[in-house]
Amino acid sequence: MDILNAIVAFTNFVFIPATAYGAQLALGALGATLVYGILRFSNFAQGDTMAFGTMATIYGTWGLQAMGVSFGPLPTALLALPFGILVTVGLLLATDFSVYRFYRKQKVAPTILVIVSLGVMFVMNGITRIMIGVEEQNFTDGERFVFTAREFKEWSGLNEGMALKTTQAVTIVTAVLVVAWLFWFLQKTRTGKSMRAFSDNEDLALLSGINPNHVVRVTWILVAILATIAGVLYGLDKSFKPFTYFQLLLPIFAAAVVGGLGNPLGAIAGGFVVAYSEVFVTYAWKKVIGYLVPADMAPDGLVQLMSTDYKLAVSFIILIIVLLFMPTGLFKGKSG
Amino acid sequence: MRNLFLFALVAVLYLGTGFFQSWNLALNILNLGLLSAIMALGVNMQWGYAGLFNTGIMGFAALGGLAVVLVAAPPEPEGWAAGGWGIMAGLAFGIAVIVAATQVYQRMRKGALRNLALFVVITVGFFAYRALFDPSVAAVEAVNPATAGNIGGLGLPSILSWPLGGVLAAVAAWAIGKVSLGLRSDYLAIATLGIAEIVIIVLKNEDWLARGVKNMIGLPRPWPVPYEVDLQQSAGFLEWAAGYGFDPVSASTIVVKLLYAALFSVVLLAVIWLSERALNSPWGRMMRAIRDNEVAAAAMGKDVTGRHLQIFVIGSAVVGFAGAMMTSMDGQLTPGTYNPLRFTFLIWVMVIVGGSGNNWGAVLGGLLIGWLWLIVESVGPGVMSVITSAMSEGALKSHLIDSAPHMRLLTLGVILLLVLRFSPRGLIPEK
Repeated sequence: MDILNAIVAFTNFVFIPATAYGAQLALGALGATLVYGILRFSNFAQGDTMAFGTMATIYGTWGLQAMGVSFGPLPTALLALPFGILVTVGLLLATDFSVYRFYRKQKVAPTILVIVSLGVMFVMNGITRIMIGVEEQNFTDGERFVFTAREFKEWSGLNEGMALKTTQAVTIVTAVLVVAWLFWFLQKTRTGKSMRAFSDNEDLALLSGINPNHVVRVTWILVAILATIAGVLYGLDKSFKPFTYFQLLLPIFAAAVVGGLGNPLGAIAGGFVVAYSEVFVTYAWKKVIGYLVPADMAPDGLVQLMSTDYKLAVSFIILIIVLLFMPTGLFKGKSG
Repeated sequence: MRNLFLFALVAVLYLGTGFFQSWNLALNILNLGLLSAIMALGVNMQWGYAGLFNTGIMGFAALGGLAVVLVAAPPEPEGWAAGGWGIMAGLAFGIAVIVAATQVYQRMRKGALRNLALFVVITVGFFAYRALFDPSVAAVEAVNPATAGNIGGLGLPSILSWPLGGVLAAVAAWAIGKVSLGLRSDYLAIATLGIAEIVIIVLKNEDWLARGVKNMIGLPRPWPVPYEVDLQQSAGFLEWAAGYGFDPVSASTIVVKLLYAALFSVVLLAVIWLSERALNSPWGRMMRAIRDNEVAAAAMGKDVTGRHLQIFVIGSAVVGFAGAMMTSMDGQLTPGTYNPLRFTFLIWVMVIVGGSGNNWGAVLGGLLIGWLWLIVESVGPGVMSVITSAMSEGALKSHLIDSAPHMRLLTLGVILLLVLRFSPRGLIPEK
């Protein structure tokens, strides 16, 4: 029995990575859920918007690095974020102007908009791949760790090490700041309130003189900010590869649906539900259990519920369970 | 008249490829175009007749491919003996656990007791399933891992796998449709996107089934199509080729491809005939009525969700059938080559460009977009190097030449957006 070591191992291998991943998913799902709430369709281009924003930020990072600018111990990419966001805002507003606006005026069925977003996804995907290629890009710099496993062991005197990567700390801090700002914006500002009104009841909102074009524009700007930040954080923490970002679509949708499509609070909760389940199910618990039970009872196998290759399956199973038992999600989103 | 002209135009494209490039390439594209057209017909049933948005075409096509392995691959008696029955027992047990869990859910009253019972059934069931399943899998995969390591197929004629491909896809579609139909329309799109990814992950990782990423190669050809090597050695064929002054090697490859084209055309025409009959029957009118106004159709006593499930299953079965045809033509199952852009979204572009709701439109879209997609693959890099020939050698030039394949995504996306915007009814609109 060695509870302390078990807790440390759990924190190091499960809790910290899952929290960072959950924060990234939550930001991505927030973007998807905002589009759903205001524009009323599932945006299939969400993953590729994240990829595009990350790509723009990577170019900004390279530019800054070439100029010899660095952010001390933090990744330079954080300095390049505003640039990436600006480019992505430009792309999304241009897309809305040239593509979505037409269908909005026509009041087409949501399914048509989903197919249109599929076309947009293709185009963004093509642009990203032409500009940066399909290869994996690693753009993390600065200090690698806030504290390393060795430092932790020396400090605590335990067998088990715990490390906190800079990117994980940056992810969690940034996500908290962004989410706090977003909720302040939605709750307190005039524009934010009009967005919520528009999402709750479009006709009433229009009746009370809310300018729909303004609401839509602000929505796309918020989506660009959230998607770029989510994409950059994910890229810093893992690495950037366009196809991986496309595959993030499933966990992101699962997170948004779990929380209730159109509900920002739900998207955040959903992001963490999906991330924790994914890591819990695919983590090999041998080590943690080994500390908790007497030595002769230690498990022989890895005690892994599913191999890591099946992590997408976890999002999918969560999605199916939610569709079966509570189609409106945990936080009562829109189901009809 | 206009439709005939459009089809003639596509024919000219294919003939032009034959004359100016090579007949081998033209027939290659034609075969893939025919297969895509069949898949497009399946998707057209779902989208055109019923307005269902299926983003999992890749998964259904891959299930068709799996059927070819299960039916036509040579048996592996050693692998099967090592754990074939164990795996089957494990899978059967897994299904039994799911059935038991649903029974518990339906029979017991809502409350903490039911939740506890469900939890126990699922947890105990899962670990028991793993205990049954894992050792057998390990045993099977340990048998000749370099050449086999799987349970093998039945060694039956390849053509029998086509209907099985349809059945596998239909079963998957039923499960997905049962869960996600009747809710909001986006949920089907999200769920099918998921199932497609899962099917590919399973094919990549379950080595005992179809060797995973080690790929299944050397799958036998469907019945009437001979191997080129056999043709080149048959005296009759050589004589025949010499009689027309053909080179025996290229003649044999072309004959093989022509046979495939004929085989696929027969299937394509059969599917069109059946779907035209269905579309013009009371059932087809009901489908369109549901699509155009679900509320009114429900008020007339039509079971909207049930009909949706029905057409979703039928359409997916057609896709699975075509997926099996494709794998048996390729002679190999390589899970790594299934990617959603090529298998799901390309088919969508075909349906939308051709004309949703119209079977001939779907066929035209399949042949036209299939041609475009593959011709760009073979000429794209060349065109790109011509465009960039004036540029100085360097990173940018090589980057542009390398990025030629990605141009296809961009072009396809732009075509899809333009058609949706300016001609949403497609080239051959619904009557």
